Amino acid sequence: MTTARTATAQGAPEAAAPDARTAANGSADPLVIAGRRFGSRLITGTGGAPSMHVLEEALAASGTELTTVAMRRVAPGSDGSVWDVLDRNGIAPLPNTAGCFTAADAVRTARLGREALGTDWVKLEVVADERTLLPDPVELLDAAERLVDEGFTVLPYTNDDPVLARRLEQVGCAAVMPLAAPIGSGLGIRNPHNLELIVEQAGVPVIVDAGIGTASEAAQAMELGCDAVLLASAVTRAQDPVLMARAMRDAVAAGRAARLAGRIPVRRHAHASSPPADHP
Amino acid sequence: MEVTVNGERRTVGPGTTVGDVVRGLTRAEGGVAAALNDEVVPRATWDATPVAENDRVDVLTAVQGG
Repeated sequence: MTTARTATAQGAPEAAAPDARTAANGSADPLVIAGRRFGSRLITGTGGAPSMHVLEEALAASGTELTTVAMRRVAPGSDGSVWDVLDRNGIAPLPNTAGCFTAADAVRTARLGREALGTDWVKLEVVADERTLLPDPVELLDAAERLVDEGFTVLPYTNDDPVLARRLEQVGCAAVMPLAAPIGSGLGIRNPHNLELIVEQAGVPVIVDAGIGTASEAAQAMELGCDAVLLASAVTRAQDPVLMARAMRDAVAAGRAARLAGRIPVRRHAHASSPPADHP
Repeated sequence: MEVTVNGERRTVGPGTTVGDVVRGLTRAEGGVAAALNDEVVPRATWDATPVAENDRVDVLTAVQGG
């Protein structure tokens, strides 16, 4: 698939007014997960930011309405947390089970996240090893089933296998979140064909989660028909996280609009756009 | 009595509750959860839940991640 190059206004640091754009998109084309509506199709994470201050600015710039946090033991003497940042910016927290390698760990962590943040939404992460951080499909499916039974709204981070995605939906997950590439890799969408298969068969929202590196990749995910994008490192570890957050906001909106607009078909040969010349 | 708090052994007085342990670690009002021997203790019952010898208490909060 060739990547379309879009002309951008050089040296334009500000995108269009976020309020107007969100209002226009939010009411007309909301993201709906488990019956809950979101105006933004960009879900963000909080890991990897250089400071809490930069994180807060980036989250605000992104227009996100849902953000993941991890659950960890309290460090002595700590007051205030990332939860306060989300709270005062009107962003819903999505606790994750990052760091869990077994279903039992993930279930315990999810319960703690529910208690701490007062939400039964959970981003379920059960990884197989530290190096790849790829999901462990066996533990993941087990944890998903148990958490759905305990009344959680489960958003599982999964691989790009359409069969596993179908199984996760069958056990009651509220969405499926296939990776574009390994967490933090910035490799972009490694298997667009599989993502299209997942989108075709899914009865719940498909949210690309992990591996996005830059704006065009977020737009591509939306053009493939995904319902939302979840990213963290692409923004938090960018040289200018706040500017990248704005870029991602715009990319997700642009990709979504392009999808809804119905693109031209890909042709092997030319298709003239001007009327044929009239030769004597 | 000896208990384990966030993986560290420590000595606490008789009548210590989960609430006491939490407040010893953080003054944060929100975003905190506690587990006693791997079972979540709801915030509403922190002060009514005493800890016993060799209990394990874990106090967690939301942090940057994911």
